[in-house]
Amino acid sequence: MKCAPFDYVRAGSVEEVVKVLAGSDGDGKILAGGQSLVPVLALRMARPSVLVDVNRIPGLGAIRPVDGAVEVGALARHSALVAQTHHPLLAEAATWIGHTAIRSRGTAGGSIAHADPSAELPVVAVGTGATVSVAGPEGVRTTTAEELFVSALVTSLGEDEMITSIRFPQPERWGFAEFARRHGDFALVMALVAEVDGAVRVTIGGVGAVPARAAEAEQVLAAGGTAREAAAAAAAGIEPTADLHGSVPFRRAMAAEMVRRACARAGID
Amino acid sequence: MDVTFSVNGERVSLDVEPRRTLADALREDCGLTGTHLGCEHGVCGACTVLVDGQPARACLMFGVQADGCSVTTVEGLEGEDGELHPLQEAFVEHHGLQCGFCTPGMLMSALHLLDTDPGAGRETIREEMSGNICRCTGYQGIVDAVEAAGAALRGDADGPSSS
Ligand SMILES: Cc1cc2nc3c(=O)[nH]c(=O)nc-3n(C[C@H](O)[C@H](O)[C@H](O)COP(=O)(O)OP(=O)(O)OC[C@H]3O[C@@H](n4cnc5c(N)ncnc54)[C@H](O)[C@@H]3O)c2cc1C
Ligand code: FES
Ligand code: FES
Repeated sequence: MKCAPFDYVRAGSVEEVVKVLAGSDGDGKILAGGQSLVPVLALRMARPSVLVDVNRIPGLGAIRPVDGAVEVGALARHSALVAQTHHPLLAEAATWIGHTAIRSRGTAGGSIAHADPSAELPVVAVGTGATVSVAGPEGVRTTTAEELFVSALVTSLGEDEMITSIRFPQPERWGFAEFARRHGDFALVMALVAEVDGAVRVTIGGVGAVPARAAEAEQVLAAGGTAREAAAAAAAGIEPTADLHGSVPFRRAMAAEMVRRACARAGID
Repeated sequence: MDVTFSVNGERVSLDVEPRRTLADALREDCGLTGTHLGCEHGVCGACTVLVDGQPARACLMFGVQADGCSVTTVEGLEGEDGELHPLQEAFVEHHGLQCGFCTPGMLMSALHLLDTDPGAGRETIREEMSGNICRCTGYQGIVDAVEAAGAALRGDADGPSSS
């Protein structure tokens, strides 16, 4: 399993990335940590003609607090998210990503752009109401995480656009819970309960095409309901599919349990 | 494409095709076949090497990306006179390998673990080594070996701590 041939461009700036992508007629791809893209290339599920390596662009790996939020540069590695102390939820969620050798290369921008429904950072992005800065030929625009995720592995990013940073609001309180076959494997289901700007948001990953807010569960909590009631409402609202990792009732039960645990960790009984 | 990087302290300059993975560049172009390839898509850990001190799947990096980097492979573990590294000694001693296919990746992951967390106990060792798949040993011997190597590197006379 070797990749098909491609041209390799080591970009020195975001402008250069956008230029190369725009010039490749939709056949160019950004190479960040490579932890999702290279397997896709090796399995020949994609054969881009140009890879633009963004790893050497200076300044894109910064993680810094900005009023009420933490701004994470697209090139911040998962290992740096684990190590930072500005945003404890991000640190906790990042410990669940793969293994050490994956976390030392994989990037925040890559994880968001890859839009895997079982990935941790997209859930944290939706669950905290994150905003994403995107550079394109017309300059930089800002979008929300919820607008970004369209379907499994599909985003609203243009073919000539690059994520430059993600701004994750700081929740007032939060709880995160994940169920995976082994720690390091992709999640079967994960739940995030986070209070942001006074509203409690419940977000579930791993059971649908995109990380999704559990509106029913949020209403239950807003009305003063218990964690168990919220968990039941969340589980009733999802449409999991069966595969070799679990049946529909199993996944529903696990989703309920993860929501209950996330509530408990957020201090909601 | 021309690239220059260091492998186990030696400078190498190569002309590689962009699609050549770092693992293939090491094996085919540098003749360092200690780095093994199991799955070639990031899952098994057999190809784990250190790039600038950080563990990386050599099958998920292209050789051209290593330009200017310092790469350490399993061949870099041996001492000046060819003596085994304490980790290698411990793997031999504690049945940390059978067929040996996973061993280079295991050793490099363990090396990084003991570098960053010299006092790592069995739980941490198990957790960290879970990124590397072994079809033979059942992992018990691997955990024993890493624990013993940790003790040896720390200079504990009494062998592994009970933590
Ligand atoms: C064995 C293994 C286990 C894993 N387990 C998990 C897990 O449990 N949880 C999890 O979340 N992930 C997991 N991953 C994936 C890992 O987190 C990846 O790092 C991440 O999904 C992609 O980030 P990357 O930087 O490696 O991106 P790349 O692989 O380089 O790119 C991924 C995609 O995003 C695009 N892209 C990258 N950067 C940008 C950008 N700045 N702007 C626009 N597009 C961009 C690329 O073109 C490509 O399409 C695992 C990977 C492996 C190999
Ligand atoms: S060969 Fe690289 S992880 Fe399996
Ligand atoms: S010793 Fe055979 S795969 Fe591990």
